[in-house]
Amino acid sequence: MRTLRRLAGESAALVLAGVVFLIPFSFMLLTAVKDGPQSADLDFSWPTSWPIVANFREVIEARDYILLRAYVNSILVTVVAVGFIVVFAAMAGYVIQRRPGRVAAIANVLVLSGLIIPPAIVPTIWLLQGMGLFKTVPGLILVEIAFNLSFAVLLFRAFVAGIPRELDEAAMMDGCTGWKLFFKVVFPLLRPVAITVALTTSVAIFNDFVNPLYFLPGDDHPTVQTTLYSFQSQYSTQWNLLFMDIVLITIPPLLTFIFFNRKIVAGMTAGAVKG
Amino acid sequence: MVVDDRPSAGPRAKSAGPGPSRSARRRTGAAQPYSLYLPAGVVYLVIFLVPTAMAFYFSLTRWTLFESQFVGLQNYKDFFAEQSLRISLQNTLVYAVVTSLLKVVFGLLLGVMLTSRLRTTGFLRSVVFFPVLVSTVAVGITFSVLLRPDTGLVDKALALVGVSGTDWLGSAQTALLSVALVDVWKGVGLATVIYIAGILSIPQTYYEAVAVDGGGAWQRFRHVTFPLSWPATYSVVLLSLIGGLRSFDLIWTMTRGGPGFSSDVIASIIYKQYQAGFYGLSTAGNVVLFVLVTALILPLSWYLGKKEVAA
Repeated sequence: MRTLRRLAGESAALVLAGVVFLIPFSFMLLTAVKDGPQSADLDFSWPTSWPIVANFREVIEARDYILLRAYVNSILVTVVAVGFIVVFAAMAGYVIQRRPGRVAAIANVLVLSGLIIPPAIVPTIWLLQGMGLFKTVPGLILVEIAFNLSFAVLLFRAFVAGIPRELDEAAMMDGCTGWKLFFKVVFPLLRPVAITVALTTSVAIFNDFVNPLYFLPGDDHPTVQTTLYSFQSQYSTQWNLLFMDIVLITIPPLLTFIFFNRKIVAGMTAGAVKG
Repeated sequence: MVVDDRPSAGPRAKSAGPGPSRSARRRTGAAQPYSLYLPAGVVYLVIFLVPTAMAFYFSLTRWTLFESQFVGLQNYKDFFAEQSLRISLQNTLVYAVVTSLLKVVFGLLLGVMLTSRLRTTGFLRSVVFFPVLVSTVAVGITFSVLLRPDTGLVDKALALVGVSGTDWLGSAQTALLSVALVDVWKGVGLATVIYIAGILSIPQTYYEAVAVDGGGAWQRFRHVTFPLSWPATYSVVLLSLIGGLRSFDLIWTMTRGGPGFSSDVIASIIYKQYQAGFYGLSTAGNVVLFVLVTALILPLSWYLGKKEVAA
């Protein structure tokens, strides 16, 4: 009897948690497939008509295909930045772990400050402008690399600790040292953590709103998150289109989540608890 | 002429004592050259450290991005003299503390629930974690619709149980806390996952010991789960405090700092001053935020780390 009541209580709590987390998402989906007038009610009613294709086309074609251009920019920034982050952070994480001493201590302090210190925004804009990179896609890529390096280095450093040193030594016996040792022997072994870093940072960069807002302003180079911003002001009454946009830009993280759920979660916890 | 250095290498190697010989260690060192730091170091130095250092100088100037005129501490005086800017300082602290406390409480609660032996836990773990992956702006827009007065889903649900809701985002009393709650909704999945990892790593023997002593569920939680998941608490508190102090995008999409300045935080002030062209003042805000974060996080991580060792 007591166990039964406990089970009922726990199930109720679980259901409540499920409802609290699922309702906002079902609201997004429902509003995205309604017609204009009905979506303006912003309620939880069932759609009377289903203009899914029409809404989809209208969002895509809006403002000279701004959403498609934004997709191209966001994917470009994400892929290039994540590629560099994975390679650069793996190299740094490897030396930090393998060569303890004063240099590593300084590197560690820098990594931690990268996690804690809020970036100085206007001076960064000033610097990028001096380099001719303000309001350019390469400028934003550089910013995303610099701001996301620390977290990646931490994850790599923790992972390298689990790779036996003997492996380095065996490779050196075969005449492999320095950069060759790293890229031929060590880097391939870092694959599991490299995947975790790639997944978490790509979601973070794809979803980033603040840095594009500051470093890539204007409509010349939209990113998916800033389209939301402009859709919101343009379609303040066309809620179905705004929510269709939300649904469309949520699809990439959703797919990442569905395919790599376990890996993301495992890597996150490994880094967060040890770090 | 051939220089033979072997004789001198012999005694030196011997004097290095037991363990790997000195020359061997040096060789291992050279195998991991410091030049591997180079690419990451250069990007980090140029794009992150240089602007951070320059911020200290530019915060003391009246600045147009092209010309700067040294004005001493005037920007800081303005910052602390102006009512609206001082509110942002207080709001930043309230926001960071409230979000991290609630993330600890709900993260721990969900963590305990989702490590229990029930069938739906796998599904629920995914459901709770998913908001972490959705963009903050999308979450912000959705919730500002759900929180509308009267017609919003939250007020309608409250009306069903006979409670009359308010204008959550439109009233100065509730705006900041409403945004903080949405922040918790979005971020608690990460806290939960960290707690799940922490709880699963607690050896089963401790729970058996409690059972032998006749303890119930509360004793198990009070004497085993909570103290032994301390490393998870440490991570959750630090991560959400850092995130909370720097928070901008959710506040900006949901309230723009309003109504009035009631939900402005330092990060939104920095953006507003930047938009208005007050670059020096904006950068001074940046330095204030920098000092605030460092002054809170460094001692706290030291204190929590020490407690972790004691536990």
